[in-house]
Amino acid sequence: MPAPLLELRHVTQVYGTPPRQFTAIEDINLTISEGEFVTLVGPSGCGKSTLLRIITGLQRPTRGEVLYRGMALDGVNPHATIVFQTFALFPWLTVQENVEVALKARGVPPRLCAQRAIELLDRVGLDGFENAYPRELSGGMRQKVGFARAMAVEPELLCLDEPFSALDVLSAEALRGELLELWTRGQIPTRAILMVTHNIEEAVFMADRIVVMDKDPGRIIADLRVALPQPRPRKAAAFLETVDRVYAILAGQTQPEPVEPSRPRPLPSISLNKLASLLERLAEMPQSRADLYRLPEELAISSDALLSLTDAAELLGFVTVAHGDIALTPLGQAFAEASIQARKEIFSSRIRRLPLFSWLLEMLWAAEHHQVPRDVVLNALESRFHREEAERQLEIAVTWGRYAELLAYDDSTQTISLDPTGITALVQSELAKTLQK
Amino acid sequence: MRRLSLLFKLGQPTRDLLSWGDLIVLAIIAVLIYAGVRLAWRTPSVIEGPEISLAPTALPWYALLSVGRVLAAYGLSLLFTFTYGSAAARSRRAEQILLPLLDVLQSVPILSFLPVVLLSFSAILPTQIATELASIVLIFTSQVWNLTFAWYQSLKTIPAELREVSTVFGWNRWMRFRFLELPFAALSLIWNSMMSWAGGWFFLMAAEAFTVGERDFRLPGLGAYIQEAVAQGHYDALVWGISALILVIVLFDQFVWRPLLAWADRFKLEMVKSEPPPSSWFYEALRSSRLLRWLSEHLWRLIFERVDALLGRLAPHEPHGSLEISWPGKILWGLVGVGLLIGAYRALEMLIRVPLEQWGVIAMGLGATLLRVSVALALALAWTVPIGVFIGMNPRWAAWLQPIVQIAASVPATAFFPLLALIFLGLPGGLNISAILLMLMGTQWYLLFNIIAGAAAIPQDLKYTTVLLHLGRWERWRTLVLPALFPYTITGAITASGGAWNASIVAEYIEFGDRTVHTLGIGAVIAQATVSGDYPLLLAATLSMVVTVVLINRLFWRRLYRLAEEQYRLE
Repeated sequence: MPAPLLELRHVTQVYGTPPRQFTAIEDINLTISEGEFVTLVGPSGCGKSTLLRIITGLQRPTRGEVLYRGMALDGVNPHATIVFQTFALFPWLTVQENVEVALKARGVPPRLCAQRAIELLDRVGLDGFENAYPRELSGGMRQKVGFARAMAVEPELLCLDEPFSALDVLSAEALRGELLELWTRGQIPTRAILMVTHNIEEAVFMADRIVVMDKDPGRIIADLRVALPQPRPRKAAAFLETVDRVYAILAGQTQPEPVEPSRPRPLPSISLNKLASLLERLAEMPQSRADLYRLPEELAISSDALLSLTDAAELLGFVTVAHGDIALTPLGQAFAEASIQARKEIFSSRIRRLPLFSWLLEMLWAAEHHQVPRDVVLNALESRFHREEAERQLEIAVTWGRYAELLAYDDSTQTISLDPTGITALVQSELAKTLQK
Repeated sequence: MRRLSLLFKLGQPTRDLLSWGDLIVLAIIAVLIYAGVRLAWRTPSVIEGPEISLAPTALPWYALLSVGRVLAAYGLSLLFTFTYGSAAARSRRAEQILLPLLDVLQSVPILSFLPVVLLSFSAILPTQIATELASIVLIFTSQVWNLTFAWYQSLKTIPAELREVSTVFGWNRWMRFRFLELPFAALSLIWNSMMSWAGGWFFLMAAEAFTVGERDFRLPGLGAYIQEAVAQGHYDALVWGISALILVIVLFDQFVWRPLLAWADRFKLEMVKSEPPPSSWFYEALRSSRLLRWLSEHLWRLIFERVDALLGRLAPHEPHGSLEISWPGKILWGLVGVGLLIGAYRALEMLIRVPLEQWGVIAMGLGATLLRVSVALALALAWTVPIGVFIGMNPRWAAWLQPIVQIAASVPATAFFPLLALIFLGLPGGLNISAILLMLMGTQWYLLFNIIAGAAAIPQDLKYTTVLLHLGRWERWRTLVLPALFPYTITGAITASGGAWNASIVAEYIEFGDRTVHTLGIGAVIAQATVSGDYPLLLAATLSMVVTVVLINRLFWRRLYRLAEEQYRLE
């Protein structure tokens, strides 16, 4: 049993103060041992990145302990470093200077700094580019600088925050291979790698272990070993089976109807066009069902976006998800085949059942002229979501409501109001309710 | 979708138009003016000015003195910026006090403080030192706010990842300042420094040539030289003086600002290569010089390495946890608060002593000046919009004219005022015309500058669309040009109106030897109060002007600005 390098014990991160509180991650227990390549996967908003910042000591958790080699972590972990999704290079420094600054703070004399930087750049294949500025490089080359800089400080724990997701497909694939080579051949002094990603295939391709997280609140829901030997061909049955398993864990957590009406479920941030094309694509499939893991390639979207889409489609009752399979419901079928106007009507009837919408519509219905200032809605939402999330939720609600012709938003006065069509729809449903009584 | 997300983001900090913070800031300003006015009672009633030599050979020395004053004030401004701006960006509590303060100070017409500052300084210091210090303090107050604001905003917008990188690699304060904060803010600091220097010249020219009644506050420098030349009717000297001033400004542009901008292009944040970088022949010459390259490689680098190593060891790491105010600090703040209350009370007492009819004079003066400012602004708009659009839409013209407009904008209008007054005083309503002209000269360049930038930024696709839609000339202006220009025009107009209010102080009251000419206006009220030693009136008039300008800014300009930002910003 290799020695544990890093241990998290009951780590919880809460933002905000009591009445408006928001739990980003809750009770995380995780051990990373020497020699492990661990990936964290999960939907956006599950606190993967927060966890990474806690592990490196950039952020102190609200509760819980972070142990590094058995010692409690105080401040930034000097044995860990991060490679960022956005590369985080200093645009005003040359490639070489960008690597050197990592060493300067450690008191390495200037001459040695330069020498080490050139060595590292050589190792990642950037010799000849020492004096270039980051803006002159392609995305893949920039990230190579990011890796060289991280390796300059010889970290024991290398943290990667979605390092390949800002790159084009080919560069990302090449860079993954190069990193794996450095890692598996032991050419770098790194003892363990922790990578955050939303790309499930990438996780299966690279890692020894996949830690699956879910959101609301962010928590670990599965921890599985990937025992496949390296290199891993992506089309191999065993590989696809593992990908399918991770999808099965991640998708299918959503309930089509709200569990408790008092607590509104957050609306997933999706493109309504993509939702429609997902449903259309499913309708063309035999028996209107598909393996989830095949869809990212077919729809040309990331696995992260796919998960948000299935989340939304489930929430609206258009699909059901089980064991990594997605199937269209009759309602979803109807939507996929409907005309533009009919789609809007189906969509409208579904979103009116969502707690967030029924609450918002009720508020607008009761208000004078059926309109409410945006700030009022936002303030009310802030009792349930943290500030940024509240803004995002409102933005999504307005987009969905506009599409369904339920809501209107006037930007110059910053007021949300009921759309005339929405008023008619509401009156009709009110009538129906009264008649039923 | 994209547009919506954009709108929601911009709608965020809806700060109140007027808040308690503003009232406190106004109270602080009132107390400061009051303190100045109290001191003014002890000002000697006659102050001898310096002998101003009109010999052309004196000009280099005068130019050097003038530059020295602006330079000293600029140094102070930078020091202030790095401490105040950093404090505001670092601690949320400090931010809550420091930011509204900055906001008000930025919109106050600084020149209205000139008499109070001069009087109070010469009450406690020998005249020569007092006037020097007063001019430096005034220039400082005219330069510092936008610099501080730019620095603060840069600090606030540094991407989180870059900050995290600096933390992960264990940088201390010094390394953070030198490798992260300073480079990140560099471009914005340089542009704002150019603005600040232009503002500094404007005030310096006014301060160097200031005389009221028996008191001559002039300082040996270019401003006094030009004024003296006009007073003596020495036209050769006048030409010499103005040429020297323009020469100094052009030299600064060519040898300081252009090279700096060309050099600072590396601090651009975009990761994509964009339009051709700013060029400077002087910078190119420096770069190709072998001696200089040798120097920079050996001497310069060595110095930097030493300094980095030394400060790298000495500078503290970022403290963990929040900054709690200690007990002595609380007591100190308490004392400051009590002092402020007493001061405000005394100031109020003095204000009550101002008779009602004098308040009437102040109100009339404010109205007259407001009218003048509006006329100047309207005139400026009337010619800058068509010309600016023409230049901005023709890239070849823009490339030629923009540098010239930039230089023209930084030539201080206050230097020309004595000349203007001389020309127009003979005409009926002469001082009125020359006052409006002075305001116009001080304001039009900012507008033109912004409108050229706005017109140049209209996307080609939109221009094609208007052509394809067969829109008529007027329709095209209405649907595309005017809305696209709106944010730029507002930005220019805010700066311009600030400049116009400032100009009123020197433009509405003028002395030529024994002759005194004045017109109705708040600037004239302030000057007359200074001459006659009516200090309660001086306090009341200065404070009224400050409050009026702040109110106009808040209630009028800020609303327009917000509208422009939210509705008309082309991305």
